[in-house]
Amino acid sequence: MATVDGMAAIRETFFQECAEQLTEVEAGLAAMDEGTADAETINAVFRAVHSIKGGAGAFQLDRLVRFAHAFETVLDLLRGGKIALSETLLKTMFHSNDALADLVAASRGGGEVDERRMDALTDELLSVGGGPAADPAKPSAADQMDGLDFQPITLSFDEFGLGGATPDPRAIAYSITFTPRAELYQKGNETARLLRRLGQLGEMTAHCDASALPPIDKLDPGGAYLSWRIELTCDEGPAAIEEVFDFVVDDCELTIVSRQEDAPRSEDEVRVVSPDSPLAEAPRSDVAANSPEPAPNRSAAIDAARPAAEKPAGDHGKSEPASGATIRVDLDRVDRLINLVGELVINQAMLSQKMMEAGVARTSGIDTVLGALEQLTREIQEGVMATRAQPVKPLFQRMARIVRELAEETKKSVRLRTDGETTEVDRTVIERLADPLTHMIRNAVDHGLETREARLAAGKPEQGEVRLSAAHRSGRIVIEVSDDGGGINRAKVRAKAVEKDLIQADAQLSDGDLDNLLFLPGFSTNSTVSSISGRGVGMDVVKRSVQALGGRISIASRPGLGSTFCMSLPLTLAVLDGMVVSVADETFVVPLTAIVETLRPKKSDVHGLGVESRVIADRGGFAPLIDVGRELGCRADPADPLAGVALVVETEISARCALLVDAIHDQRQVVIKSLEANYRNVPGIAAATILGDGRVALILDVDTIVANCSRGAFASAQVLAAAS
Amino acid sequence: MSNASATVANEFIAFRVGTQEFCVDIMSVREIRGWTPATALPHAPPYLRGVINLRGSVLPIVDLAQRLSFPRTGATQRHVIIVVQVENQLIGLLVDAVSEILSQTTDAIKPMPEVATDSVKSFVRGMLAIDDRMIGLIRLDAIMPPNIETAA
Repeated sequence: MATVDGMAAIRETFFQECAEQLTEVEAGLAAMDEGTADAETINAVFRAVHSIKGGAGAFQLDRLVRFAHAFETVLDLLRGGKIALSETLLKTMFHSNDALADLVAASRGGGEVDERRMDALTDELLSVGGGPAADPAKPSAADQMDGLDFQPITLSFDEFGLGGATPDPRAIAYSITFTPRAELYQKGNETARLLRRLGQLGEMTAHCDASALPPIDKLDPGGAYLSWRIELTCDEGPAAIEEVFDFVVDDCELTIVSRQEDAPRSEDEVRVVSPDSPLAEAPRSDVAANSPEPAPNRSAAIDAARPAAEKPAGDHGKSEPASGATIRVDLDRVDRLINLVGELVINQAMLSQKMMEAGVARTSGIDTVLGALEQLTREIQEGVMATRAQPVKPLFQRMARIVRELAEETKKSVRLRTDGETTEVDRTVIERLADPLTHMIRNAVDHGLETREARLAAGKPEQGEVRLSAAHRSGRIVIEVSDDGGGINRAKVRAKAVEKDLIQADAQLSDGDLDNLLFLPGFSTNSTVSSISGRGVGMDVVKRSVQALGGRISIASRPGLGSTFCMSLPLTLAVLDGMVVSVADETFVVPLTAIVETLRPKKSDVHGLGVESRVIADRGGFAPLIDVGRELGCRADPADPLAGVALVVETEISARCALLVDAIHDQRQVVIKSLEANYRNVPGIAAATILGDGRVALILDVDTIVANCSRGAFASAQVLAAAS
Repeated sequence: MSNASATVANEFIAFRVGTQEFCVDIMSVREIRGWTPATALPHAPPYLRGVINLRGSVLPIVDLAQRLSFPRTGATQRHVIIVVQVENQLIGLLVDAVSEILSQTTDAIKPMPEVATDSVKSFVRGMLAIDDRMIGLIRLDAIMPPNIETAA
C-alpha cells in the first residue's frame, strides 16, 4: 500500500511540476509574441515541454507524450533556426500550449480533451515540423530522429497504441546490448519497464547476462551487475528503439545493431556504440563512458537533450523549479504556522498589557525586552505571511488563454496586455480571485470591445486591447481590468434597469450610480445572452466574491473610450490594520483601509434630518452620520454626537459617510478570526479578532453598515432588487 | 434486551441548570472551562451571550438556562462553560455547575413524557432516570439559533 501511496505522491508532484512548466511555456510564448524573446527563451520553452514529455513517459501517459513530442519537435526546429517564427506558428504554439494544459488536466483526472482538436493540432505541428525535417541533411536533434523523415515517427507512435505489432515484410532485426549502470537505478528507472516498452515495438527475446554478478558477500546492493542481450524484430527505425532508452541513455551502455541488410553483426552497422565492452563492470565504466566523445550518430541526440538534463533528475519529473532553491511545503503546515504565529502575537500583546497593569514595565529593563519581543514577533509574523504570498503571474496567464479563446469565438481581434505580474498576494486571494477575474475578462472581450467593423467605423485600430494590471497600493493589491471598447452604454443600462424594475423610471441617477447598476443581481445588458458571458452569473456575483475577500470593486467608464473595472483587495486574509474603538462599552475594530479621516463633531456641524437621520458637515457638503451603537443594537437611544468621534469612511455605495463611535483607543494590526467557523456570518460584522486582554473584539463591516443605513436612490434600488 | 446495541454503556456529563439536572453525551464534549466575560454579538438572540476566545478561535456561548426558557444566568467566575462539538462547530454551553460523569446504557434513556411543553421537547432528547433523580439529555443540534433568527 505504501508503494501505491508513494506512486500517487510522485504522480502528484509530476502534475504540480507540469503546472510550473506550462507557466514557463506560456511566459516564453508571450515573450516571443512581444518580440522580446532570445535564444534562451526558446530553449526554456523547449526544456519545459521536454520535461513534461519525460515525466509523462514515466507514467505511461502516452497521449501526453505523443503530443508533447510533436510540440517539442517544432520547438526544436525553431531553436535550431530551421524554421522561422511566424504569426501562424506562434498561434499554433499558443494553441498547443493550451492543448498541452488540457492534456495534463485530463491525465490528472479532470476535464475533457477535445480529441478532434487535438488531432488537428498534432497534424498542424507535424506539418510545421515535417517540412524542413524531411531534409536529410538536418540534424534534427532531441528526438533521435537523425537522418529520418518525421512521418515514420508519427506512425510509430500510432503503433504504440496498438501494442505489440506483428512483424511485417519491412521488419528489421536488431541486436541490442543494454548494460545499466548504478545511476540508472538510482534515478528511479527500471529495466523491466524499458524492456516491456521495447517489447511493444515488435517481436523480442531478451537474455539476461548475470556473469558480472559478484559473490553475495561482495555484492553492493546499490550496484548494477546485470546486462541484457536483446533480439528485436520490428518495422521501426533505430530511432524508435533509442526513443525507448531516451531517458536512461546517459546511465547505461547501449549498443543497437541493425541486421536489416543481411550483414549481421557488421561493425559498420553499429549505430550507438559505447567504446567499452557492453559487459564491462558497471560502476567502473562510469568514467569510461563519460570521457570519450560520443558516437557521431548519437551526438546530436545527446547534446540536444543535455540542456534539459543538466539536472538529470529533471527527466524523471523531479526537477526543481528553475529559479533559485525552493522547497515544496504542504499548505496545511504553513497555515498551522500562521495560526500559531497569530497566537504568539496575541500572547505577546497580553503579556505587555499584564506587565503594564502590574506596573513593572517602567521600573526595570522589562519594557526594553518587551519592545524587542514585540519587534521580533511582528517580524516573524510578516515572514510567515510572506511564505503564503505568490505572484499573480499564473493567474494572469490563465486569463491570456481565456482572451485567446474568446477572441476566436467572438471573431474579434484582441490583444491582452498585462502589467505587474510579479505582484505578490496571498495564495488564497489568488485562488478565490480566479473566478471573478475570469468573468471580468470575459465581459471585457465579449461586451466591452466592439466588433472589428464597429471599431474601424469609430476610427479605432481593428485590434482591441484588454489590459490587466496588478499593483500594490497602500497595503492592498489593486487589480484593474480595462478595455478600449465602447464604454458602458448608460442609456441602455438605464432602460434595462427600469424594465427589470430595478429602479424607478424617473429616478435621478448619476453616471456612477448608473454604472453601479451593473452590480445588481439579475442584471445583464446584452439583449442576447451569449454563450460566453451569459453563464448564469453576472457582475453581482463578481462583486459578492470580491467583497467576500474583503475587497471592493468599482467601475470607471468613458463612452467611446472603454471601461475600467478596478478591484482593491487585501494582501492577506489573515491580518488587518484596524482602529480600535469603543461603542456603548463594547470594543470594535474598524478596518483602517475604510477610514478616510476622523473628526470630533462640533455642535454647529451636526444637523438632524427627519426623525431618525442626522448629517454632519463635511468638506462643504453633508455626510450622513451613522450611529454605530444603534445600528448594531448596542444601545436603544441615539448617542450624543458631541461626546463621540466621527470616522469618515468611503465606500463605493456612498461617497462619504461618518460613523459615530464613542472613543478611539488604539490603532494596530489585528489577526482576523472567522466568526463563521463556529457560528455564522453576522450582518455588519466582517470578522472577529482577539485583543491584548484576551477578549474577542468584532471587526466592523463598514460597507454593509453604510449600505443598511443609506437612504439614497441606490439603496432603494437595492431594496427593490431584493424584493423582486 | 433483544437489541445488543441497546445495552452498550454510554457516558454522559451531568450538570446543573438552575434547580434541574441535564446531561450531554461525553463524546461531544471537548473541554470544560470557567466563565470569562463574552463579547456580545449584534443581531443575536438574547440567549446567545456572545463570543469568547478559546485559545485563538472564536467560541459562541449559549446561556443554556435562557435557551430552555429559564431566567438568564447571572454568570460569575464560578459558572462553567462546557465546550461541545456539534457537527463541525464548537459551542460553549453556559451552565451553573458540572456534577458528575454518568455511565448508562442507551436503553436507560426514556422518551420524554407527554406533559412536556414544546419548547423543552425541542431541546431535550430524552430522560435518564437514576435512583430518584431525573436528568434530561440535551439535544445539541437544536441549541444554536436557526439561520432565520439572526437574519431579522
